[in-house]
Amino acid sequence: MKNKQSWIDQRFPLSKVWNEHLAEYYTPRNFNFWYFFGGLAVLMLGMQLITGIFLTMYYKPDAASAFASVEYIMRDIEWGWLIRYLHSTGASAFFVIIYLHMFRALLYGSYKGPREFLWILGMLLYVLLAAEAFFGYVLPWGQMSFWGAQVIISLFGSVPLIGPDLLVWILGDYAVGDATLNRFFSLHVIVLPLLLVVLVFLHLVALHHVGSNNPDGIEIKENKDKDGIPKDGIPFHPYFTIKDSMVVVGFIWILCAVIFYAPALNGYFLEHANFVEANPLKTPEHIAPVWYLTPFYSVLRAIPPMFGSQFPGVLAMFAAILIFFALPWLDRSPVKSIRYRSPIYKWALGIFVVSFVMLGWLGLKPVTPTYALLGRIATALYFAYFILMPWYTSIGKTKEVPTRVTE
Amino acid sequence: MKNLKSLALVLSLFPLSFSVFAAGGKVHLDHADTDIMDRASLQNGAKLFMNYCSGCHAISFMRYNRIGADLGLSDELITENLMFAGSKPGETMVTAMPEGAASKWFGGVPPDLSLVARSKGTDWIYTYLRSFYNDEARIFGVNNKVLVNASMPDVLWSLREAQSEAEFDNSVRDITNFLDYVGEPAKLIRLQLGKWVLLFLGVLFVLTYMLKKEYWKDVKYGVWRRRD
Repeated sequence: MKNKQSWIDQRFPLSKVWNEHLAEYYTPRNFNFWYFFGGLAVLMLGMQLITGIFLTMYYKPDAASAFASVEYIMRDIEWGWLIRYLHSTGASAFFVIIYLHMFRALLYGSYKGPREFLWILGMLLYVLLAAEAFFGYVLPWGQMSFWGAQVIISLFGSVPLIGPDLLVWILGDYAVGDATLNRFFSLHVIVLPLLLVVLVFLHLVALHHVGSNNPDGIEIKENKDKDGIPKDGIPFHPYFTIKDSMVVVGFIWILCAVIFYAPALNGYFLEHANFVEANPLKTPEHIAPVWYLTPFYSVLRAIPPMFGSQFPGVLAMFAAILIFFALPWLDRSPVKSIRYRSPIYKWALGIFVVSFVMLGWLGLKPVTPTYALLGRIATALYFAYFILMPWYTSIGKTKEVPTRVTE
Repeated sequence: MKNLKSLALVLSLFPLSFSVFAAGGKVHLDHADTDIMDRASLQNGAKLFMNYCSGCHAISFMRYNRIGADLGLSDELITENLMFAGSKPGETMVTAMPEGAASKWFGGVPPDLSLVARSKGTDWIYTYLRSFYNDEARIFGVNNKVLVNASMPDVLWSLREAQSEAEFDNSVRDITNFLDYVGEPAKLIRLQLGKWVLLFLGVLFVLTYMLKKEYWKDVKYGVWRRRD
């Protein structure tokens, strides 16, 4: 440390923060493809916030004019179409990134100790992001906005005893309407973004406290040189700031390819029916959520009504998300990374991925007897991954974990 | 309270009941094969739309002079050829037909077509407009294979009789192309701009890749040092 501190350092720990979190924050040098997505998620959050600010300048949260105001942005505002597509296609891109980011944790056991709290903060972020996306999808006030909201909110009406009152409390009215649109707008642009930003900050604080996991699933802090620097660590800045800039440019290339050539991705990112203004008197032929929420929608549909109530399905849907929180305590394996896990874990993870993708695909489809059966099988496999985890992670032969990273 | 309960009951049924497709099989749709970059096709489509469609159908998110600017038509040209008398170039393209009369004549207000290409798709429009057939049971004497019992008369009949089948298909394709443009005028910009954006980002990616390689030589040869 230099004797003479700069003006700002005497008043604010600028150099200290810079060093602790960038220049002297030691990161495992063996990060691979799967480690691109944390940084990209931060990028997407920033992009959604900035494009959202500009959209809010022109959007009208009013059931009578919301739909037209979105078209006004798309047509009459200079570059409004680009800002809107960055935001709407960006929402899908955000979820692609988050799902890959979460899958990375499953691959390399990033949720295991000492990173349990980091994982819980991440899962909270995921739940908030899903809520943020749901509220956002209601705002254009197209047919899918309206009927999607109708379907999802009606789930709360199935809660025993308090359901009907809860429904009115959420809607602010007896049906989805102007009051609902206004409060969802408020939640979408203020409450959830604020919580997301705070939680991302805490997620990073927790990450920098315990240090990053890596593809070998070993703790680089356990192997330090005489200066106390992890032998397998390299400073985050400049090595990963430079590498991540490359990743950011590559990612924006892909994002722009979609935005400029297929922004609605044939109905997957912006559903066709959402280009028809909301009409409470006209139910669309087929209601499906946007792709990133369909796995959980499939779980909901897989559970049949019991005792004349949809509530068990609703519970299963929420359980499908909440069970992720328990992952650090369900996993009994002595190793973290897939590289050293037993074959039975690799099978379990493979089956889980197939069931998750299957649920997502089925959620876009109408229910037929075959699809209903497939949905139930996929739901059973999905939950089996978690429920059987304490068993299958404690049997099977794991490989020996090296003391240093392997590449 | 009773109302609330019945509402809750109805709403709680939504997830299942809404997922069922409406009765009736899917109709085969012909591929429209439109090209939004074909300006002549868009101009012809605009002309046909104004002559045959705009009397009943609004495209109320579209402005006359936006079409002029995008399709290379001057304000004078659009005033003479596209606009209803008394409109101004900056106005949106609503229909001259009063709503009450429309309901009386057709049993409903003809839908606004601003976004029909986005909600139904170009193949649907192209096939629909070519799928009218005689049906004396219907009030206008025609029915439609794509939209069964459509309340729209076969407004393009005179065009079809004046043209060969191939010519008529092309006319319908031009109208479809025009409606595709109307659904998303920005499509003209984004398709033109896209390649330059991707080229720029591609070059930038190569540069950032080279920068990364240069920096990571330190890591590769294990020579990075703390700068104390």
